Amino acid sequence: MVNWIFLIPLATAVALLFLPRKWGTVAWFASFAATLASMILSVIVFYNFDPSAPNIQFETNREWISSLGIRFHTGVDGINVGLIFMGAIVSFTAACLSWDIKNREKEFAILLLLMSGGILGAFSSFDMFFFYIFHELALIPTFIMIGVWGNGENKNYATFQITIYLTIGALITLAGIILLYLKAGANTFDMVELAKYLEKKPLGNDTQALIYGLIVIGFGILVSLWPFYSWAPTGYAAAPTPAAMMHAGVIKKFGLLGLLRIGIPLLSTGAIQWSHIIAILCLGNILYCGWVAMQQKNLNLLLGYSSVAHMGFAFLGIASLSILGITGTVVIMVAHGLLAALVFGLSGWYLRQTGTLDMDKMGGLLKKLPFMGTVLLIAMFAGCGLPGFANFVGELLVFLGAWKEFSFYVVIGCWGALVIGAIYMLNAARKILHGNVPPEFSRLRDAPSFWRKIPYSILVAALLFFGVFPYTLINRIEPSVKTILKSVEVKDLNAKQGVKLPKPVKK
Amino acid sequence: MNTDVIYIEICAAILGIFIVVVEAVAGAYTGANAIRSVPGSSNDLNDSVLRRALGPVVFFGLCVLFIISSAVHPEFIEYAFGKSYIMDGLAIFSKQFFIITAIFITALLLYYNGVMRIVSLENYAFVVFALIGMMFAASANHFIIMFVSLELVTVSFYLLTSFRKRQRQVLEASIKYLIYSAVASAFLIYGIALTYGATGTMSFAGLSEFIKSNPGVIGDKLLNAGLAMILVGLGFKVAIAPFQFWVPDVYQGAPSPAVAFLATGSKAVGLILIIRLISTAAGQLAVGWREVFIAIAAITILYGNLCAIPQRNVKRLIGYSSISHAGYLFMGIAAFDKSGITAILYYLFIYMLALVAFFGVLMIISKDTDNREISLFAGLSRRSPFLAFAATISLASLAGIPPCAGFMGKFLLIKSVLAQTTVSVSYYYLIGIAIAGVAISIYYYFNIIKEIYWSDAPVDAPEISIPVFMKAVILVAVLGVIYYGVQPSFILNFATTGAQNIAINP
Repeated sequence: MVNWIFLIPLATAVALLFLPRKWGTVAWFASFAATLASMILSVIVFYNFDPSAPNIQFETNREWISSLGIRFHTGVDGINVGLIFMGAIVSFTAACLSWDIKNREKEFAILLLLMSGGILGAFSSFDMFFFYIFHELALIPTFIMIGVWGNGENKNYATFQITIYLTIGALITLAGIILLYLKAGANTFDMVELAKYLEKKPLGNDTQALIYGLIVIGFGILVSLWPFYSWAPTGYAAAPTPAAMMHAGVIKKFGLLGLLRIGIPLLSTGAIQWSHIIAILCLGNILYCGWVAMQQKNLNLLLGYSSVAHMGFAFLGIASLSILGITGTVVIMVAHGLLAALVFGLSGWYLRQTGTLDMDKMGGLLKKLPFMGTVLLIAMFAGCGLPGFANFVGELLVFLGAWKEFSFYVVIGCWGALVIGAIYMLNAARKILHGNVPPEFSRLRDAPSFWRKIPYSILVAALLFFGVFPYTLINRIEPSVKTILKSVEVKDLNAKQGVKLPKPVKK
Repeated sequence: MNTDVIYIEICAAILGIFIVVVEAVAGAYTGANAIRSVPGSSNDLNDSVLRRALGPVVFFGLCVLFIISSAVHPEFIEYAFGKSYIMDGLAIFSKQFFIITAIFITALLLYYNGVMRIVSLENYAFVVFALIGMMFAASANHFIIMFVSLELVTVSFYLLTSFRKRQRQVLEASIKYLIYSAVASAFLIYGIALTYGATGTMSFAGLSEFIKSNPGVIGDKLLNAGLAMILVGLGFKVAIAPFQFWVPDVYQGAPSPAVAFLATGSKAVGLILIIRLISTAAGQLAVGWREVFIAIAAITILYGNLCAIPQRNVKRLIGYSSISHAGYLFMGIAAFDKSGITAILYYLFIYMLALVAFFGVLMIISKDTDNREISLFAGLSRRSPFLAFAATISLASLAGIPPCAGFMGKFLLIKSVLAQTTVSVSYYYLIGIAIAGVAISIYYYFNIIKEIYWSDAPVDAPEISIPVFMKAVILVAVLGVIYYGVQPSFILNFATTGAQNIAINP
């Protein structure tokens, strides 16, 4: 069943190739229906997922390229079940909002479906090769979408910047993955097999540190870890609304998932060695990018920087290497995905209505737009980590998990989250929603119909649901986090009792 | 003479002679001057059924040749001409690769001759003769066979690059190719002579024996100089730095099908001969050059990619990008391992498919003009969605973006090089440069894709008409690129068999 979640969008994309280009509405409807189907399937999978069973559920595992040990291995465990759920919801809302794309609808629908199917496929994969391939499949449409449907005078620059930056990140990751495959010598790209094999024969400490370093930099670029973030704000500012929603919300989470799937369980010593460096870098995200976000005048750039800043919390959880912290990271991944999709969906709508995203030129819009204004306010609250939203749960778990190891960073992180986040988010809300209405906005109208409100409502509802009932998510995540941390904890314990780490196995 | 081993070449030779005879007879029959290529004399073109049928006959002849060639079993190693001709997995893979390439090139040529109103149709014969040379070279186990077959390839390419000799650009390109090739051949023959002087043998097996029995000879200056000169001669064919300087001018000027053949077939011949040399002949000696090989691969990748950035002429751009691909391919050689050879064979096949699709699109949209600027692609997505799709997939494959097969090729090459990092740390630098190269190449390939999708077509852009035949050819190539990217097992297993008898580091 998990396979259908990403195969339906991909198959629809291929089928749309043969559609006459005049039938733009049909293409939109096909993308709507396909993402709806995959969203329904993801809800069923999420509901039927059994939190007490530790192994992979809804599993498919078959031979693909036997000479290289590549298998088609998909399924869900506690870590990706929430992500697939989130990804499918965001894909559906992005497809809904792509109704506003009014040129080359067919091409847009195809690319959006490729993005959605690709990233959901990457989330479901338990084979490193497919994990990588599916992600690239989702990444390439982003570049084309920014180039063709993007907005702003920086469009071309942003397209090339994001393309080259992310390609380099992906290739460094690829080098790390291949190196891991070769050094392990198990002739398999299957993460589960590899974990079993490496449990018996762990890699040498230096090798682990090298490979972990490669994938931290590679995945770090993809997730906009400081100082590799500069593509994100300009890219998101230039991207068309559905592309920004998909990339900032869903595709970006791939890098974090990669660290959780490949980095920590397979390279535990490397993870321990790098955790301090990651903790320092993530402060760069939280403080520096938060500070830059405070200076922004353009709503899209502010949202771009704040999305970069939020990634700092996720990295702090990964650096903590504790059950609570990593559970918090996964919750943040889900919550931030929903939130980023919501805010970029909103900013796209505001841009089309008001013709500007310059916050100094906006004002008083809450009066004119009761529904959309309220949604923006809700999103802003969620963004500064107010209790009641899923983001709060995730950040709290990360802070609790990281307290033991990195209490100093947690203090600074809390400060960043509460003060800096509140300053830029509330400041933006004040500028946009309160005050006097500029005369040119006097004829603005709210979201016209029930149908237009649906995508925003779904995202807000999901954010609130996971905020109020966080255990639905945490129960599912925690057992799997325990499994991936098993190898780290053994080493931790050994180190404390003065037992030396296993001798590096010379290849 | 062991004729049943070389029957593929014999069949190809029969086909080549047949073309020449038909062309001569048809020329005499209609009274047309066979050497003439005057544009605008379309009446001459239709003058003979024999001539009109020639292209399709060659095409089907080559297809039959492919079927014949697949009857050979790669499990046994066979020899002819007293062990100077070898028939092993590598030879069979290469031969079939060359035949498929020639089939595609003939298809492109069929379109080209029609649309450019080429009257003299011997160019089919040049393709077939070049093919024979390539197939012999793939089996070369002796320096003489190697040299003679390479000369056959080179001479055929002199003719193939110059068959539109009224065009100034074509003439310039073919003269440049002629002179540089001659210099390369001189290097090659001089290197062979020095090697013979140092070892007293011309056969690869003999050379290997000699080095094995006299380990002291590895540092011998004469032998090293000889092999280095042979490498220069072959490196010229592959277009690795610093022997790449001829590529941009020749690619820009020569007729498109000839360029496609140069970039695929001619490059492959050089690579396969280098593989033979470093495996069977001079393995122990070449391993000592590891760092040099790594440096060559790195410089070639950087040079090709950096120089491709400012290009506005598509064929010149493809020329520089073909240099960078030579660098990627050379990574497989520099790895000195079977997995590297497998990767090279796989990469060559995929590179050929992508280039054929791209040149097919380029020829259709440039039609009978000589305009090859990137602006030619402006707004292609609106003028012809099919061609836009084909061009995008082929460029994405050249850039190495999954799920196109070009990604799998680069993946295999990087994997083979990373496996050797335990031997030498320099391989890490090579990987770094290869990654930088791929990132740069995405920039210039995306420039074309950008032109296809987000520029508007000029108002006076001519109507695009795609012959069904060309559509089928491009479709086959594009589907191959996608299919073998998603499920590469078939070609990969074949390439693995091709590399299995190759023993590097014997």
